[in-house]
Amino acid sequence: MTDTTSIKMSRRKFLGVGAVTAAGAGIAPGVSLISIAEAKPVDQAISSDQRWGMLIDTNKCAKGCSACVDACNTENGLNNGDELNSRPEQKAQWIRKVDLKDKATGHEVSLPLMCQHCENPPCVDVCPTGASFKREDGVVLVDKHICIGCRYCMMACPYKARSFIHEELTHQMEYAPRGKGTVESCTLCVHRIDEDINEKRDPACVEACNGEGHKAMYFGDLKDANSEVSQQLKNHSSKAIRADLNLNPGVRYRGI
Amino acid sequence: MKKINYLEIEGWSNGFIGLLAVLGVIILAGMGGMYYMEHNGHFVTGMDNHIVWGIPHVFAVFLIVAASGALNVASIGTVFKKPIYKPLGRLSSLLALALLAGGLMVLVLDLGRPDRLVVAMTYYNFKSIFAWNIILYNGFFAIVAVYIWMMMEKKMNKYYRAAGFVAFFWRLILTTGTGSIFGFLVARSAYDAAIMAPMFIIMSFAFGLAFFLLVLMLSYHWMDRPLGDKTVKTLKNLLGVFVGAVMYFVLAYHLTNLYITEHHGVEKFILAGDNEFTKLFWIVQIIAGGVIPLAIFYSKLGDSRLWLGIGSLLVIIGGLAQMYVIIIGGQAYPIDMFPGMEVVSSSFGDADTYHQYSPSLAETLLGISGIALAMIMIPVCSKVLKFLPESLADKDVDPHHKG
Amino acid sequence: MKYLQIMLVMLSMLLTNSIVTAEVPQPNIPKGNAEKCVLPTAEMRVNHMEKILHQRDKTMYKGVRTEQFSFKQCINCHTVKDEQGQAVTFKDERHFCSSCHTYAAVTIDCFECHASTPSKSMAGSKP
Repeated sequence: MTDTTSIKMSRRKFLGVGAVTAAGAGIAPGVSLISIAEAKPVDQAISSDQRWGMLIDTNKCAKGCSACVDACNTENGLNNGDELNSRPEQKAQWIRKVDLKDKATGHEVSLPLMCQHCENPPCVDVCPTGASFKREDGVVLVDKHICIGCRYCMMACPYKARSFIHEELTHQMEYAPRGKGTVESCTLCVHRIDEDINEKRDPACVEACNGEGHKAMYFGDLKDANSEVSQQLKNHSSKAIRADLNLNPGVRYRGI
Repeated sequence: MKKINYLEIEGWSNGFIGLLAVLGVIILAGMGGMYYMEHNGHFVTGMDNHIVWGIPHVFAVFLIVAASGALNVASIGTVFKKPIYKPLGRLSSLLALALLAGGLMVLVLDLGRPDRLVVAMTYYNFKSIFAWNIILYNGFFAIVAVYIWMMMEKKMNKYYRAAGFVAFFWRLILTTGTGSIFGFLVARSAYDAAIMAPMFIIMSFAFGLAFFLLVLMLSYHWMDRPLGDKTVKTLKNLLGVFVGAVMYFVLAYHLTNLYITEHHGVEKFILAGDNEFTKLFWIVQIIAGGVIPLAIFYSKLGDSRLWLGIGSLLVIIGGLAQMYVIIIGGQAYPIDMFPGMEVVSSSFGDADTYHQYSPSLAETLLGISGIALAMIMIPVCSKVLKFLPESLADKDVDPHHKG
Repeated sequence: MKYLQIMLVMLSMLLTNSIVTAEVPQPNIPKGNAEKCVLPTAEMRVNHMEKILHQRDKTMYKGVRTEQFSFKQCINCHTVKDEQGQAVTFKDERHFCSSCHTYAAVTIDCFECHASTPSKSMAGSKP
């Protein structure tokens, strides 16, 4: 048992260290005003100078290919041998492939569908505890620490992007915590966005699509005019799914 | 008019104990179902990522809506000062609290993480109508409790009208909030309509009064206390008006949707589909829950208490069906994300014509136990406190009674 | 009667004495895998929950995944291996967090969502 005097000493020291850290943490985001259109250093807070988004070119999306889905499931631990008791409709899905056919013309198109990371997300509006939230850099996430599992966000999502965990999980990836009774959805691989300093790594789905050679998915900072995704969006026509809802999603599609 | 004498339920008759036992068993069964669901996870239920709100929510929302309507009788006596309703005020308030308690119990126990209820009460996102509802429901408990206290406590009698006014407006806001849970959702064709809030208000009037009439007639029959025809007839006529009003709102809702081409899909699904929702809508909600009760109330049959009870029960069953069609039907119909396009295939069931839902035993027991909890609170509280007038005979309560 | 009272008092004194002087079972908390923890042990013992709670908000809302209070790093460093050389999970009493929390009978729900061992297949993640 440590005696009380030594605790008092280290408490004072800690307060001193803590104050310096707090001051540093307060100043550091301001320093990053001169922001680079890359992922930020590991210990720096994110800011609204960036908005992460995607462009999906459905003309290049191959029907029957599910590389993006498989990559996402592997990356985030969705096929680690968990969810053995859940029915297929109960199993989590963060991204899915949808094949469509125009009823009038017969034109067929294939596309991946995931959380659209809206600027005005209905899921964030309806969450009673605020667990469903939009980060300053545009990524829409679920804070599972305060998620009570009411599933109202799932009712509200116009894209049915969210999944509920129906049973106990044991094989989570350490950077993607998931648990029974909470709701989850595509995180735009936020653990990659936050961690990479010098390597600019795309989300697993984009990486896989590029790996297959289809290159149908572009990921980047929508607020950076020089990023590839912004250039593509500027030069070619694109639109959001259910654009009439005015949610301004961060994910846009070309060819639908 | 004579002064009303309120009296607790006297004695421990076999019937009384039997009633408590039966309701108690149902509640325990529901708790067992809940434990099974919470311990294993929701995979044991019929709910999935398409039908995220199932039977527990149908029962919970139904009870919450009925709760606010059950207060109507007390409000008519207090706020609108109709003398024949005044003696019924205490029972009406008690029933409102009981139904709300039952509904909330089911709602909370169906959460993915019911252990985080404290989080729900301490972290608020004020843009969420759900968060507002949490405040409204808790406030309702407090306000109606104060209202009851002021009606019962002689010294506070002069304030009960103020409490009654607050309760009246509070529960209108509460039911508007409940209806808006669905009305505010842009995502689904069956929701996203301003009419949801007022429709829920009028539904609350009908369901709450049906519960009240049923509870009143049953309890006075079992206690062998007089219940005059005038009271019953007044309530019957009011219930008839409310049931008719609900039918009107349903008509307005569907008529509007039928005009809007965009909503033709969901309308066909509900009104003329090859599924359980169409059957529930026409047979249970409209005919059994609307047409037949109206026929009973406004015909000679309405003079018989037995038929009145059957009519009220039908209104309740029709109401449950209406909730099922709204809540489950609204989710079963696939979201139309790509207008003009047909989904050929999807790994997540976007291509389904509609999403199936078959409730499990556990979740059904949980739902039913909500009604049981509401019903058990009436005899328990009436045994302990003076909620029920000793006599509701015409000569005691009817201001126009001759002789 | 008085005899009984005296007996009772003496018995209770004996019992409390034996409880006080008896061996109190101590938890068997395994050592971490680094030289020292990010903060002194005594401090961590008292304040770790506060650190974890503060860090989780920083990570979730600000995207800060710093090494010092990163939960992942805690798990990485405080891994306990079993006889086969596999890291034990929270369900096992030898797990670092379990060893003390089972002893103190304080339920935690962190590991309902968080992995309690370092990920084996670090698919694409920085080690």
